[in-house]
Amino acid sequence: MTIMTYRQALHDTLAAEMRRDSDVFLIGEEIGVFEGAYKITQGMLAEFGEKRVRDAPIAEEGFTGAAIGAAMLGLRPVVEIMTINFSLIALDQIVNHAAKIYGMFGGQAKVPLVIRTPGGGGQQLGATHSQNIELFYAFIPGMKVVAPSSPADAKALLLAAIRDDDPVLFLENLALYNTKGEVPDDNTPAEIGRAAVTRQGADITVVSYSRMAAVALDVANQLAESDGIDVEVVDLRSLRPLDRETIIASVKKTHCAVVLEDDWLTYGIGAEIAATISDGAFDWLDAPVRRVAMAEVPMPYAKSLETAAMPSAQDAKEAIRQTLAAVARRS
Amino acid sequence: MSSPRVKNRPRTAKSPPAQTDSLEPERLLHFYRQMVEIRRFEERAARAYTQAEIGGYCHLNLGEEATVVGLMSALESSDYLFTNYREHGYALGRGIAPGRIMAELYGRSDGVSKGWGGSMHLFDMGARLLGGYGIVGGQIPLATGAALAIDYVSGPEAVMCIMGEGTTNIGAFHESLNIAALWGLPIVYVVINNGLGMGTTVEKSSAEPDIYKRAASYRMASARVDGNDPLAVRDAAQSALASARSGKPFLLEATSKRLRGHSVVDPAKYRTPAEAAALKDADPVAGFAARLGAAGLLGEDDIARIDVQALLMVQEAVDFAEASPHPTVDTLFDYTYASPVPNDSRRLPGDPLFEPSAYPQTGHQA
Repeated sequence: MTIMTYRQALHDTLAAEMRRDSDVFLIGEEIGVFEGAYKITQGMLAEFGEKRVRDAPIAEEGFTGAAIGAAMLGLRPVVEIMTINFSLIALDQIVNHAAKIYGMFGGQAKVPLVIRTPGGGGQQLGATHSQNIELFYAFIPGMKVVAPSSPADAKALLLAAIRDDDPVLFLENLALYNTKGEVPDDNTPAEIGRAAVTRQGADITVVSYSRMAAVALDVANQLAESDGIDVEVVDLRSLRPLDRETIIASVKKTHCAVVLEDDWLTYGIGAEIAATISDGAFDWLDAPVRRVAMAEVPMPYAKSLETAAMPSAQDAKEAIRQTLAAVARRS
Repeated sequence: MSSPRVKNRPRTAKSPPAQTDSLEPERLLHFYRQMVEIRRFEERAARAYTQAEIGGYCHLNLGEEATVVGLMSALESSDYLFTNYREHGYALGRGIAPGRIMAELYGRSDGVSKGWGGSMHLFDMGARLLGGYGIVGGQIPLATGAALAIDYVSGPEAVMCIMGEGTTNIGAFHESLNIAALWGLPIVYVVINNGLGMGTTVEKSSAEPDIYKRAASYRMASARVDGNDPLAVRDAAQSALASARSGKPFLLEATSKRLRGHSVVDPAKYRTPAEAAALKDADPVAGFAARLGAAGLLGEDDIARIDVQALLMVQEAVDFAEASPHPTVDTLFDYTYASPVPNDSRRLPGDPLFEPSAYPQTGHQA
């Protein structure tokens, strides 16, 4: 085990995979000479050279599509899209091509592609640079979407994504880059498609992913201390495929659930989780599934408004307390 | 990365002179035979479409036969081809069995894409036909990436990426040409300019309607060739491919007429009677037959014999397609993912997410 930041875990894992497999190469804007807008690729140009660390022109559709084409011929490109907001420019190549090529051509060409991209607000970047739109991709069969919330998962899921033969959208988060945690020294990939119970608990299930899964863990530990509430935290880790069984198993134990999500509530992931719980654990449920999600506005710039729009630890605590109060009223 | 290669200067080339005389007669007759095969295949596809044997959209290469044959004869078998949804002829030109192509149009399990693609999405890794793409311009970044992969391993192959003239207005075209020129990738972009999108003319859609000139923005070499002359197309494509292999990507424009509507169901009413009548003179199959006839290489008997053989080939393709089984429903989930993954849904539309389970009698007591 080594203590390191989420950023360091990404950097070290990328570099290790580049050393392990010469078919792995990086392509993206400002990843070489500039060493990445968020410095994930620091030092990589010097170590691996221009051929494997390709500074692309500002042409997300062009270079993402080129990575898909290179993957069709057997290379294993890792694309960096500076933020997930810019991935919209490459939407046709990702949705209509990367996600379709294996199936549409009857399994003749694999697309072993990783698209690394951070989402998330809280940096006062305004409406176009603060979105959480990973569900656009999680909606699409053929895509795999993973979202690590800790440095350890950043490593394990990135190993899995690079070694996978399908297109994987690898969601990072601006607010997580500097967070620290223990990272195992061995190189065991995570299993894409499996959620993790990151804290066992008996009273209530909290389902989340990415930044909010880290918030959920903090909140759970604080509530155990302050309120004596025993929260079970399910970190989805994989948005597609979605591990419904782990969610249902947890709710059958706790009988109630709160979803913490950084995306907008309407049509958001909480809706999918609540419907899943309704389908799989209706008879076990003692209170409505509560959702804590982003306010339904384009993200404002002003700090006071941005803070108000984003889900917080305090919001999560209140939702958990209110859900348990609803359970108590029924008993 | 491969060291930055010598940047190209824009140039325009006139169509090379057609060298009918320098080719052995058998080669010329082979070109003609292939053009007739495409013609008859497409006519049969149109019939099958109107008989509802073929579904979806169905776009034909009628009028494009000379271009198809010229381009395909210039490719090495190890080269890669990316094209759009008007691609039946190109699949034939890559040597794919006509029955497997027709079976794909019929949505059968012996189709080149196992019935998953249809008319617009023909794919055969063995023949290095890497699609068949239904989204206008979608193939251009992919083809550019294939050229990047070849460059990455310093391979000898080249990529040919075919599109219509309307496609040159989409962003992916410009992004891709820029990338290919910056990195010196081994790729030839071929624009089939038939003057029409669906019904919108090239003049109404392109501020620079001389499409080959667009390469100048990327200091990429380019040329325009008469797409009704298979020999000129072949020569131009060979030069373009040689340029690409030396690290200088190329834009080749081939002009021809679309003899029918945009797709089988389009009656092309936007054409004036004069325009429609002029199409007869633009028929590349009749034109090449006349040229070979004038050179003493093709007589009426030959024309009839080649036609009968082509019709027979097409009938055999239809027979193969009709005999091929429909894909069975148990294969529905076979191609979602290449790497097996837990929790991949295999639910049919009416299935519940979870099997009903009873709440345990001795379970939770609130």
